[in-house]
Amino acid sequence: MISVENLSKSFTLHNQGGTVIPVMAGASLHVGPGECVGLVGQSGAGKSTLMRMIQGNYLAGAGSIRIAGTELVGAEPRAITRLRRETLGHVSQFLRVLPRVPAVDVVAEPLRALGSPEAEARARAECMLWRLNIPRGLWSLSPTTFSGGEQQRVNIARGFVHPFPCLLLDEPTASLDAQNREVVLTLIEEAKARGAAILGIFHDAPARDRVCDRLVDVTAFTPGRAA
Amino acid sequence: MSAPILSVRGLERRYGARIGCTGVGFDLWPGEVLGMVGESGSGKSTLLSCLAGHQRPDAGSVTYDGRDVLAMPETERRRLARTEWAYVHQHAREGLRMGVSAGANVGERLMATGARHYGRIRAQAIDWLDRVEIDETRIDDRPTAFSGGMQQRLQIARNLVTGPRLVFMDEPTGGLDVSVQARLLDLLRGLVRDMGLSVIIVTHDLAVVRLLADRLMVMKSGRVVEQGLTDQVLDDPQDAYTQLLVSSVLQV
Amino acid sequence: MSDYNFAYLDEQTKRMIRRAILKALAIPGYQVPFASREMPMPYGWGTGGVQLTAACLTPEDRLKVIDQGADDTTNAVSIRKFFQRTAGVAVTEATREATLIQTRHRIPETPLTEDQVLVYQVPIPEPLRFLEPRETETRKMHELEEYGLMHVKLYEDIARHGQIATSYAYPVKVEGRYVMDPSPIPKFDNPKLSGCPAIQLFGAGREQRIYALPPHTQVVSLDFDDHPFVASKPDHDCDLCGASDSYLDEVITDDRGGRMFVCSDTDFCMGRVRAGHAGRLAGQSKGAAA
Repeated sequence: MISVENLSKSFTLHNQGGTVIPVMAGASLHVGPGECVGLVGQSGAGKSTLMRMIQGNYLAGAGSIRIAGTELVGAEPRAITRLRRETLGHVSQFLRVLPRVPAVDVVAEPLRALGSPEAEARARAECMLWRLNIPRGLWSLSPTTFSGGEQQRVNIARGFVHPFPCLLLDEPTASLDAQNREVVLTLIEEAKARGAAILGIFHDAPARDRVCDRLVDVTAFTPGRAA
Repeated sequence: MSAPILSVRGLERRYGARIGCTGVGFDLWPGEVLGMVGESGSGKSTLLSCLAGHQRPDAGSVTYDGRDVLAMPETERRRLARTEWAYVHQHAREGLRMGVSAGANVGERLMATGARHYGRIRAQAIDWLDRVEIDETRIDDRPTAFSGGMQQRLQIARNLVTGPRLVFMDEPTGGLDVSVQARLLDLLRGLVRDMGLSVIIVTHDLAVVRLLADRLMVMKSGRVVEQGLTDQVLDDPQDAYTQLLVSSVLQV
Repeated sequence: MSDYNFAYLDEQTKRMIRRAILKALAIPGYQVPFASREMPMPYGWGTGGVQLTAACLTPEDRLKVIDQGADDTTNAVSIRKFFQRTAGVAVTEATREATLIQTRHRIPETPLTEDQVLVYQVPIPEPLRFLEPRETETRKMHELEEYGLMHVKLYEDIARHGQIATSYAYPVKVEGRYVMDPSPIPKFDNPKLSGCPAIQLFGAGREQRIYALPPHTQVVSLDFDDHPFVASKPDHDCDLCGASDSYLDEVITDDRGGRMFVCSDTDFCMGRVRAGHAGRLAGQSKGAAA
């Protein structure tokens, strides 16, 4: 489902004398349906960079990224937009939303983008918020005013509200209490059970051990060290 | 596979020896929001007015829904402009009739396309005022009595009432308070999604395009220096100018 | 007489105006620009109408001039005298006898015939001017038949007054093509514009425009399906002649609230009085009306 072959990437800083910083070389990994793969490696090794490239947020230098059969490297922007809408879910560490949009609408948005009727999308969004223990009184408020943990759970609800075939999870259990951490891990397990391919970064080692089938150490793809 | 709603090739507009814009080419697909950013004088507004038919380009082609816009008779282009196209001006007073009521402003496009039933025109105006969050008790007030944000929402209602397919927006949130901007952006995003609008939005505000645009074009000195997926261009800019532009934004 | 060319204007000017008239007749409702001349009267006193009349008059013509339906108001009297002096034509107050009628703000009640020409004085010829101040834009709108704006005006009327409150200069569409300002006639007169056997010419001196309705032209007043056009008038009969179907002026008769309604068309009213018709106040006011 998620297949990365010989991927490389460097940043060219045009405004700092054209400095070229190679950040990744020869990255390869594969995540099959129903499988959860964890990325490990010390801070700065390139876990986030790799995730961003798979999401289409960073442009790949060379190599190949295939998501459910679609090649991302060199793809038209709208092909990536469609992939994100239909196939590739994403839970980031940070919630980026418009002020004043109610939490329930933030969570329902992926469904609305897929054309679900408003009532149905909201019902499913409310179901997710309920599972993630967001107090009902907050559903109609903008998450910009929420605590860090609440924002994180809104983000998770949004990522899991549609059964995406592929999921990218960036620290999904960070800043969660034990009870909510358990909910999230259950959600991940359910997603695996329905056949989703999941790639994640987990600093929470017990969580990683529980949901990940394999680990990939990105240090191997870091140009400086590989050389 | 559907076809692009708007195809632009080799578009150029000169003012004497000076370049307004040149070598611009892109496809806009149904339901897609394309942002155009660049500093003042980068040619983004010139480009928008060429696309919307307000200015005639010196070279290039513009194809809308399979039809050559530049070869079209003016009657047909103006008919498009009041039915299938919409243009949202930066300054609401340029896009509104300040001398007539809010209801008449919304109803004008309906009447221009043949609506002749007062009751139904008014009902549609009320529906649209509601959709842009203007209380229906304000329907007979003139836009001069409205705040800046309300005027802009009224302009949007006036433009979208005929259910256009292609919307041009020139700095639609420029000059508005930040809180009013957020409300407007949320409104626009909902309308774009629900009506399946294709949008070209010109702005110098990178936060606006991040929230609204699927795709981004960066312009400098009349040329497109970079285009791609909005978040990719903003987070991993390739061109020197884009890197400068992105790094110049103050972080909040 | 030897001091003036016949009917004041020089022959070149008449030729220019006649060309404009022919073009206007060929394109009913279309505003033809013309080189309006300075006339020996101020703008707003009918300089457009006077130039049309001057260009149309022949020595055999019999001229009638009315202002608000009356033959005896200052404007009507001075224009009539102007042509008596510069053209020496016969004049009349009887609608039936006139071959050329210059009018301000009314169409006579007596039906016109194919042998007559009706010349209107027009202050603002552009019906779209109310909402669109740019001449370049209004011309374009006429060219492309973009007339939605006219209904915006009517919409505003209903929104503000509950009905179409425009009571004069009520816009019309000519032969399904051009939207036209019928000059400030009351909307009561609008139906008379349509299918009229006489030639109708409209002249705006200051704005330098001539437009026309050839005989038997279809003229439709703009309206909404649910607010149809109504040719309204005060709900009274004429207090002098008792007519129930003519346009009435309200006249305040004292400072105790006394008032009367009389036909605005003086020739029509007196004709009825002479024929023996009588209204509510016929006895008391006979002297004043005669």
